[in-house]
Amino acid sequence: MTAPTTAPAPSRTAAPAWVPACPSHRLQPERGVAVLLPGGAQAALFRTHDGALYALDNTDPFTGAAVLSRGIVGDRAGEPTLASPMLKHRFALRTGASLDDPEVRLATYPVREHDGRVYVAARPH
Amino acid sequence: MARLIVIGNGMAAHRLVDALTRADTAGTWQATVIGEEPRPAYDRVALSSYFDGAAETDLALPDLSGRAHIRTGERATAIDRAAKTVTTSTGAVLGYDTLVLATGSTPFIPPVPGADLPGCHPYRTIDDLDAITASARTATTGAVIGGGLLGLEAANALRLLGLDTHVVELAPHLMPAQIDQGAAALLARMVADLGVTAHTGTATTAVRPGADGRAAALDLDGTTLPAQVVVFSAGIRPRDDLARAAGLEPGPRGGIAVDDTCRTPDPAVYAIGECASHRGTVYGLLAPANAMADTVADRLLGGTATFTGADTSTKLKLLGVDVASFGDAHGRTEGALDVVVNDAASRRYAKLVVSDDATTLLGGVLVGDASGYAALRPLVGRKLPGDPLALISPAGTDTAGPAALPDDAQICSCNAVTKGELCAAIAGGAADVPALKAATCAGTSCGSCVPMLKTLLRDAGVEQSTALCEHFAHSRAELMEIVRATGTTAFSELIARHGTGRGCDVCKPAVASILASLGNGHILTGEQAALQDTNDHFLANLQRNGTYSVVPRIPGGEITPERLITIGEVARDFGLYTKITGGQRIDLLGARVEQLPAIWARLVDAGFESGHAYGKALRTVKSCVGTTWCRYGVQDSVTMAIDLELRYRGLRAPHKIKAAVSGCARECAEARSKDVGVIATDKGWNLYVGGNGGFTPRHARLLAADLDDATLIRYIDRFLMFYIRTADRLQRTAAWLESLDGGLDHLRAVVVDDALGIAADLEADMAAHVAGYRDEWRGVLEDPDKLARFVSFSNAPQAPDPTISFTTVRDQPVPTAPVHLGMPAAASRT
Ligand SMILES: Cc1cc2nc3c(=O)[nH]c(=O)nc-3n(C[C@H](O)[C@H](O)[C@H](O)COP(=O)(O)OP(=O)(O)OC[C@H]3O[C@@H](n4cnc5c(N)ncnc54)[C@H](O)[C@@H]3O)c2cc1C
Ligand code: SF4
Ligand code: FES
Repeated sequence: MTAPTTAPAPSRTAAPAWVPACPSHRLQPERGVAVLLPGGAQAALFRTHDGALYALDNTDPFTGAAVLSRGIVGDRAGEPTLASPMLKHRFALRTGASLDDPEVRLATYPVREHDGRVYVAARPH
Repeated sequence: MARLIVIGNGMAAHRLVDALTRADTAGTWQATVIGEEPRPAYDRVALSSYFDGAAETDLALPDLSGRAHIRTGERATAIDRAAKTVTTSTGAVLGYDTLVLATGSTPFIPPVPGADLPGCHPYRTIDDLDAITASARTATTGAVIGGGLLGLEAANALRLLGLDTHVVELAPHLMPAQIDQGAAALLARMVADLGVTAHTGTATTAVRPGADGRAAALDLDGTTLPAQVVVFSAGIRPRDDLARAAGLEPGPRGGIAVDDTCRTPDPAVYAIGECASHRGTVYGLLAPANAMADTVADRLLGGTATFTGADTSTKLKLLGVDVASFGDAHGRTEGALDVVVNDAASRRYAKLVVSDDATTLLGGVLVGDASGYAALRPLVGRKLPGDPLALISPAGTDTAGPAALPDDAQICSCNAVTKGELCAAIAGGAADVPALKAATCAGTSCGSCVPMLKTLLRDAGVEQSTALCEHFAHSRAELMEIVRATGTTAFSELIARHGTGRGCDVCKPAVASILASLGNGHILTGEQAALQDTNDHFLANLQRNGTYSVVPRIPGGEITPERLITIGEVARDFGLYTKITGGQRIDLLGARVEQLPAIWARLVDAGFESGHAYGKALRTVKSCVGTTWCRYGVQDSVTMAIDLELRYRGLRAPHKIKAAVSGCARECAEARSKDVGVIATDKGWNLYVGGNGGFTPRHARLLAADLDDATLIRYIDRFLMFYIRTADRLQRTAAWLESLDGGLDHLRAVVVDDALGIAADLEADMAAHVAGYRDEWRGVLEDPDKLARFVSFSNAPQAPDPTISFTTVRDQPVPTAPVHLGMPAAASRT
């Protein structure tokens, strides 16, 4: 896994700030980690079974607890999903969309992998 | 609106009001029910289950107070037919347009000297049962006068109350009204096996008082029997006194005489249930009472229904003894022939009574194995589907199924529901037994027809989907079997071979639990870690603000002062909130993920283990102080609780499991509200199963009585493993027991009698679990890879989550609502 699996986002600022999240081997497939971003925001970072990387806002919008990195990764009709450990609400990993409430969408963060490390963008897409 | 008054609020009254108000969509009737009992109508047929774990709420019938005016605790004292009024014990005078008498009956108390002493009881109402329980507290021996169906039920109740129990029957054998000599001989042996002594062909001549003026002994012809509790079950007398006083002639053997429309000679007065005399017969059963109620409901709405007699089939509801009788069990029909299988060695007696040409079934008796009852009873009066002997030979009961029955055959005799009505309900969308019950009322009374309901559903091709989720078409029990049979240890292998997709938060934890139940090492090893939900993943319970609880195991609730101090110090040093739980644990709350290893390092050092408060696993075994301290204790409940807790610690199951051990029948540990409840008797342990608190509270039911230590543990091993193998995902033992084909009897057959021949296998599984137990927290602390997961942020492992904060309430930290910090999300709740 050397090529970026999610293309770096077109940057809003001149140079996108990439936050080193963890060594690649620390990111077990289908088990998330939380990443602290500058300014105090948190991202939940995941690697799915096929090696794709995703990062979402770590805060569960239904309860306010910063726990989404601890949810269960799976799929719904082939679409990769994350279930919040709090009250089991489900989200699409690609888009951050809630599958329970069309009004709710999590912020998603660009992710890249380089030289045995995973990076998360300091700002959401 | 026309005014309807119903006197009596028993099962017949309830059925009448229910049927009437359902059908009376035009609102023609305004119904008032007068009942002398202090509570609304309840299921009298299930009354004895009160001693077997049922609570008063389990006996409740559907509440009709929104549909009729129900006056409880009030007795009708006079009827004035000319003025059309009823006077009650409160002095109220109520006018009616139509009156229905549903006053039931009173138990017959034979006029022997002493029958009115304290300690002597009838057996008819919840209050009677409470009085019997109170009398039994100071008694050692009990006797039932009357060895009929109800007498044996009462005897079982006394036995469950811990009394040395006797039954006295005037006739030469037990259950003379229902069964023949041959069947009774086997029944007598089975009853004796239960420890109940039957005295047949014997009259009671007096009840003798002791020094305290309470019943102390019975005089039988020639001998004396000690008995401090005496229950009369010698027949019933219809309550026709009010009607007589109002000038209504009784039937030939008492009871209020009614015609085929259930009306008395007064066109404004009907009588239904056990107080009515129809064609000279007073029925003592529910099915005729319901049929009469339905007839009157229909008539009140202008219908033409009639009641022309009823089925008197019965099945004994007695622990471990199967007895059923149906149709012309005594062969009184002209030319009737008996076909009998009498296998005393395997405790099985079956008799079919058939027509002289052996083609039509007239009736039958089953003792020892009444599983054929549901299928045979509807065949009464019909052509037999095959050779009668084949129908009752041990292998033959399958041949009589509902498929062979015509549409007008009654499947549910209690509620007079035919096969045709059931099939129509199924065609109309009733897809499972509860839906079928709701649509037709079938199966809602004695329950003996429920197996036939299931067969009808199956025959109609209605299969409830038991698929776990979109990824597996299998039920949890099926997946369990697949994993066991194939020895699969990895989720990815299982889903690749037997499922689709990548799984979800439903199937992953379910498979994780199956793998853990089958002993696949530490739950965080390798791929298993990704299956666990957050509680199992962090071996702690997620709380509302993203922190976790820490709950060390305290077996049986027994703890040394040193260990108490350690817990206090840990809580103080890490700023945790402490609370003592209902399960005899100390909860330490408010720990952040990255603090868990340091907290547990201290606890493990002090000898604590994981309390599994997080997993679907054995949670606690609560205990009272038993013989160690309590002056009432009859067994050492503390040692037993600790032994059980240490045996089953770490056991993963479809849902959490709780247990408790009480040192005597006073039940201070509340064992009967647990999945496994153990209550000491002076002869050993009573084992109760299937109790739950929670959303639908259930009292545990008695599985086996007076067990020695080793047998108790063996039965619990078998029970738990059978549950773990066969229950659905997240199904607690109470719901599992309710859904089990054959219910408690089947469970008892599997656990106690090893009817499936799997007992050794279940015990071996449990032995493997016991031998394989390792403390999960120790396993984490000793493994750097596992420890590495306990960080707040992968890029700042020890930085506390900034959204977590506390405030102080009653000198302890409690969460403030999670605070959302940092960058606003790109989109969020609008
Ligand atoms: C322990 C037990 C087990 C049984 N098991 C079975 C079984 O397995 N199968 C079966 O078919 N049947 C069984 N029966 C019988 C069944 O319960 C009765 O046939 C059925 O309850 C009859 O209904 P009912 O309404 O006529 O009488 P009840 O249910 O007895 O109701 C009569 C009510 O009227 C009240 N009442 C009487 N007079 C007055 C008055 N003047 N004013 C106000 N209230 C009054 C009484 O207090 C009572 O509550 C059993 C009965 C008992 C006691
Ligand atoms: S259940 Fe019995 S032995 Fe246990 S504490 Fe209560 S009274 Fe004592
Ligand atoms: S036969 Fe009793 S409930 Fe159906």
